[in-house]
Amino acid sequence: MIQMGEFKVHRVRFFDYMPSAIRSMAFNSHTERLAVARADGAVEIFNFADNYFQEKVIAGRDGRSIEALCWVGRRLFSAGLEGEITEYDLENLRPRYSIEAYGGPIWTISSNSQGTLLAAGCEDGTVKMFEVLEDRIQFQTNLSRQKGRIISLSWHPSGAQIAAGMMDMIKIFDSETGQATHRLLVDRGVGTSKSREVVVWSVAFLNDHTIISGDSAGKVQIWDGLTGTLIRTHLVTKWDVLVLAVSQDESSVIAGTSEGTVVQFQFLPSTVGQQDKLWVQTRTFKNHSHDVRALVHTDTAVVSGGMDTQLVVRPLLDKVEKNTQESALHKIAFPHRNLVSCAKKAGLLLFQFPDHLELWRLGESDRNGTPGESLPVKRKPEKLIQLKIKGEDHICCSALSPCGSWLAYATVAAVRLYRLQLSSSNVSIQKVSKLPRELKSVHQLCFSSDSCRLFASSSFSSVVVVALDQTDCKYLHTLKHKSGSKQPIHILSPSEDGQWLATANTDCEIHVFNLRKMKLHCSVPAYSSCPTAVSIHPTSGNLVSVHADQQIFEFSLKQKEYSVWSRQLQRQGLHPLWLQRDTPVTQITFNPNNPAHIMLHDVFMFCIIDQSLPLPEAKSKLYNQRILQSLPEPQRLRESHAFKACKNFQHLLSVNLLEDLSLVVVERPLVDIVCQLPAPVRQKLFAT
Amino acid sequence: MVEQAEIRVVHQGGSNITFREPAISSDSRFLLCASGHNVKVFSTVTEECVQELRGHADLVTGVLLRPSNHLQAYSCSADGTVRLWDFTDGILIKTYVIGYPICSIYASASHDGVIFIATPTKGYKTLDSLQLLAVHLPQTAGQLVETSDLSAVLSDVSANPATVAFGRAGEYVASTNGVQLQIFFFKKQKSFRFSLKENSCSGRSNTFTCVACHPTDDCIATGHEDGKIRLWRNFDQKREYTYRTLHWHHSTVRALCFTPEGSNLLSGGVESVLVQWRYQQESQQDFLPRLGAAITHIAVSPDGALFCTSHSDNKIVLIQSCVKVSSIIQGLVKGEAVQTDLMVDPRSKALVLNGKPGHLQFYSLQRDRLLFNLDVVQQEFIHQEGLDQFQVVMATLDGAGAWLATVEERKQETAEAELNLKLWAFDEPSQSFVLNTTVSTPHEVRITAVTFDPAARGQTSLLVSCGRDGLFKAWRLAVPAHPDDGGPSWTCDFVSAYHGLTPQRCCFSADGSLLAVGFQEVVTVWSPASWELLLTLSQPPGIIRDLCFGRLSCSKFLLGTTSSNQLCCWNLLTCSLEWSTSMEVSLLLADPLSDNMAAFCHQDGNTDLFVFKPSEPRPLFSQKAVCSGRVSRAVFAPREVALESCEESSQWLNRSQLYFLTPLMDLLTFSTRAEEERLMTASKQLVVDDSVAMTPFQLLLGKRRPHHQAAVEDPAVRPPADRPVPPGGSAAVRELLQSPAHVLPAAAALCSVFMEALLGVATETRENETSAGETPSDPEEEEEEEDSDQEMETRATRPERGLLETDSADPVLSRAQVRELRRVRKLDHSWFSSLLDS
Repeated sequence: MIQMGEFKVHRVRFFDYMPSAIRSMAFNSHTERLAVARADGAVEIFNFADNYFQEKVIAGRDGRSIEALCWVGRRLFSAGLEGEITEYDLENLRPRYSIEAYGGPIWTISSNSQGTLLAAGCEDGTVKMFEVLEDRIQFQTNLSRQKGRIISLSWHPSGAQIAAGMMDMIKIFDSETGQATHRLLVDRGVGTSKSREVVVWSVAFLNDHTIISGDSAGKVQIWDGLTGTLIRTHLVTKWDVLVLAVSQDESSVIAGTSEGTVVQFQFLPSTVGQQDKLWVQTRTFKNHSHDVRALVHTDTAVVSGGMDTQLVVRPLLDKVEKNTQESALHKIAFPHRNLVSCAKKAGLLLFQFPDHLELWRLGESDRNGTPGESLPVKRKPEKLIQLKIKGEDHICCSALSPCGSWLAYATVAAVRLYRLQLSSSNVSIQKVSKLPRELKSVHQLCFSSDSCRLFASSSFSSVVVVALDQTDCKYLHTLKHKSGSKQPIHILSPSEDGQWLATANTDCEIHVFNLRKMKLHCSVPAYSSCPTAVSIHPTSGNLVSVHADQQIFEFSLKQKEYSVWSRQLQRQGLHPLWLQRDTPVTQITFNPNNPAHIMLHDVFMFCIIDQSLPLPEAKSKLYNQRILQSLPEPQRLRESHAFKACKNFQHLLSVNLLEDLSLVVVERPLVDIVCQLPAPVRQKLFAT
Repeated sequence: MVEQAEIRVVHQGGSNITFREPAISSDSRFLLCASGHNVKVFSTVTEECVQELRGHADLVTGVLLRPSNHLQAYSCSADGTVRLWDFTDGILIKTYVIGYPICSIYASASHDGVIFIATPTKGYKTLDSLQLLAVHLPQTAGQLVETSDLSAVLSDVSANPATVAFGRAGEYVASTNGVQLQIFFFKKQKSFRFSLKENSCSGRSNTFTCVACHPTDDCIATGHEDGKIRLWRNFDQKREYTYRTLHWHHSTVRALCFTPEGSNLLSGGVESVLVQWRYQQESQQDFLPRLGAAITHIAVSPDGALFCTSHSDNKIVLIQSCVKVSSIIQGLVKGEAVQTDLMVDPRSKALVLNGKPGHLQFYSLQRDRLLFNLDVVQQEFIHQEGLDQFQVVMATLDGAGAWLATVEERKQETAEAELNLKLWAFDEPSQSFVLNTTVSTPHEVRITAVTFDPAARGQTSLLVSCGRDGLFKAWRLAVPAHPDDGGPSWTCDFVSAYHGLTPQRCCFSADGSLLAVGFQEVVTVWSPASWELLLTLSQPPGIIRDLCFGRLSCSKFLLGTTSSNQLCCWNLLTCSLEWSTSMEVSLLLADPLSDNMAAFCHQDGNTDLFVFKPSEPRPLFSQKAVCSGRVSRAVFAPREVALESCEESSQWLNRSQLYFLTPLMDLLTFSTRAEEERLMTASKQLVVDDSVAMTPFQLLLGKRRPHHQAAVEDPAVRPPADRPVPPGGSAAVRELLQSPAHVLPAAAALCSVFMEALLGVATETRENETSAGETPSDPEEEEEEEDSDQEMETRATRPERGLLETDSADPVLSRAQVRELRRVRKLDHSWFSSLLDS
């Protein structure tokens, strides 16, 4: 515990959150959505048009391993080693159906550019073609069966040919006849690895019939697909080249390696102004410590992910304006949603892991100290419950009631509610057996502040309200709105007084329901960027929302219009440094002692907005807390502005204000995550 | 003043041959490098300096082959001229007067008649801001040409000449300065600028250090201070430029060069490793390690077979096809500092000073080449920063050159310095110094002075050393008591101190009868024969810094300098101060061959030189501002041939030459005008044939060479004049007879040529004689002339000299004999070939 100014701070570092490795990515350039598949089978959707906001998370499942992702139009398919092709329901955040391919584990899937066929490369050496129908996919044909597994596939843009990377070779198939037309033999590595067969991890088939391959001998090779001859070999690494990605205009190819580097190749004229071009190795990006398993080449950036669990967006400086927000490097290491629920009254924390929940009681200290001093702990924090889920599906959301007596979590299949009884010595947990039928397909769970209502967001952006009492729970109502959006709700925020419930969905809509009347009160005027945090002020009844583009709005629920402060903020504009932050605000809380204070946090800072103070000028310093402390009183008043940021805590996952006015800060330092990763491939370091 | 114009400070011998990138001639036989005020032409095979191109009045700052004529070379100098040379013959063809000091010179084959020079921007005195100018060389006749057609190409050019390079076919020029790369396209008249961040992520500097352009592709390689090499492409786009980074060097990349076909990129730096990167397959590198010192320049011969690297220790290494070091041209080795005094070895007349770490170098100033390195420390030198290793801090030779004493020292921060005194005897059979005695810790603390008794009575046997421990010791060569103990060795003979003061300097009189030791403020004079203190002299205040006995007629004088800026002269006969004057003398030096003394005085950041006789009040010679900074090392080197100068001010240079080292480790000397004129006229001729290779085909069927050229060539190579030229001596005939039959054309075709070659030898010599005497009317000779006007000028000088030599050599033929020979030549020899056919 630390004393910070007026607050006692619980500095929580016992949340062992461990993201899982990125296995595959697919980018849809029409909708600008990036789908990321993780090693635990979870699929995440990032909106690149909206500050890389993580819009949707589809929870994984034990035993599901995704090897490849593929967009067909707006539909997302995945395939994995369990041998099934799965299509996802992106509105209900669940797999829609899975089809067994009957070819053993599937290593790769790829759709042709017309979006009519889906090719899957299987362990048994077949390339299976599936026809993409309106609501399903249907097996159409097998290409001629080869010896050895099909590791990678790439369609020619015309759809007439398909290149398949295998062990020791690349085959080119005619997609009409299904016959192999060319066989390109890939050299094995030199030395000891000569006896080991080489794996062609990735191939790319370009429009001019050039084939580019990356293999386990560390080579990127450029082939002529018409004649089947090798044009050039680039030895990129001593280890494996795991993945290749081609830019839309086919002028640039990037290759991800086991060393964590991404190597760019560009199609450049050898002399200025001439037509004959060749592939030249140019830049090397090193943003990862481990294998780069997934790569996407967008028009302006290199997006890479791998074993070190981080998603890195590295803009290509020749495609973007320099020194803009677009040209900054983005590293996405933490989810853009809350994995921590806090019982404000009971001083409990609930941590959500993919396959279990942990309930902790916070420590206590009876001392007060000077700011910055760490306080001796009278009672140590204590893990009360570790709740392992039943079944294979992973947890998609969880909630803890403010009084600390209810606990709920949901998977894709079911919702479970538990009643907790905590005394100083013993802990009992009891599952509520009979739940109303309406509680299914839940994306978000939330308890009301008096802990007698459970809100669960369901399909079609509806909210199911369940009443809780000592023994059982009862379905009350389903809150619906009329905008017709089918997108899932990702934020539920009830007001302190129990009158309002605000919901936000990924269509950027915010709806406010009156819980007394159980009907829609109003909808906040739609803003183009997705809300990342929404909260209703306990006394004034104003709704504060923060969006992915870092804008802040305050909406008066009584007047049903933006408040004066919000208008003034929009007129004056936010500070440029505020807008340049690259992690979204994930939580808004209010200080009951000081109604003018809005507390919000992102991964790297914690900020109190004082609505009574003037807004910062664009020229003034945004992060000025440290300077202010050194100034004399009158000058300090003159210099201070509404945004009071604190950067003492880093890698924040949650900030909550308890009822006794102490802050709970949940940190997960990145170094702790990094040191839990497996050892990277050995690399020679200079002077060792 | 006329006197001062008479004597000039020049670089002569021991100058830096690695100051600028050398140039290799197109046949890879010669290497041209800037060396002080001259350009030296070395043979790449024998490492000998075959030609010295003299003419510049200041430092030569660039050498370049003329792109349109591979037998000519440009050189530029800080004196504001560009000179065009026929470097094979050492002939100055033209002098272009630019008028500004020139820092470097560039040319490109596609810019005909244009050279590019870097000069300081107007208004700037320093080298901080340079501009690149294009100079259109006027095609006028005459030796001295004023150029006025200057146009600026680039501004803001770095003073490092390696930061400018011309691209493919001269279409663009790339220049770097700081963290900016600038590319100027000549056709489009467009320039592009790309900048890097000041520091890379790891906090090391991204500053550009050198640049090279690919000869056929549009690819620019740049070297950086953090050891990276970047390969830039697509640089005709403002934003879509791209580069690849190569990183092998751990510190600054000093030199980059593409091979002429562009298949390889060569790079070098402090690591002393030549790295060869395969173009387009840069992950494959070849290394040539252990080149001895940091690489500063890399040059490649036009055929790509010979690489040449310049090194920071004043060495040029020639490398054959990146695998084999074929020869090393070593100039005066420049270490970080010279700690020993400059000395002249009496036997070899070589300059002796610190060379490689732990070595003494013997450098012949007359022949301007390194004779040998004497390994004094005899320990492996470890190239690592911050490591304390033994260094040779003092050395002295006796009068006959039979003994050498060296002091080596290892400074350690924690412990006391380790000292060794080594005595080396000259070994006649091996012609080198052999270690005789090693005295470890001869003094407790550092040694301040070591000197031999100069008495040149054949056998020298007395050495005096002074140490900071307050003692001075005399060492004598003693025969061991038992004959089994080996030869004579040195032992301590006498130890003395004077009132606990520290001896700083010691000096023997010329005849060895007196020893003067300076104990801080007091000069004591001892008799080495009896070790008796004869007298003490003191001229307080001030610690004695230098002590020197006068020579010859002034041997009664003892001169000393003190730290309170006094130059004192004591008369030893009267034991009194003869005279003293106030000047800050940094170095006092006596000429061993005359009674002159030289004093280098440090004043206002410059060094002034005074040459005087202790007995005369007026200095013989004085020159202000000889160089900037303090001169602390100098030597009088005896001349091989005494000059006969009658000018009073330069008479002191008649018997010996004064060399001194500037703080920047440049070896400078004084040269009289008469001497320079003598050198200028003595430019010798050199054998060169401009053909690339001599083949039998070329001899027989190619352009026929007139035989009179053989006569023009170096007299040393020419066959002795009095011997008649044998008919078989003709090169054509010899080649024909010696060549294997399968490379020869049909005998029928060869026959007439063969006959003509047999008959024509005498005729052509005769013909040439007449043509030189009369108007040149022979059509064959006119064909030989190249169309270049410069070439004509050089040729014009040749026949005259050839005429003079042949006149004395060949027997004169009468007109009737000539007519007869011509008739024979016109005869039809086809019967001979038909005979062969049958």
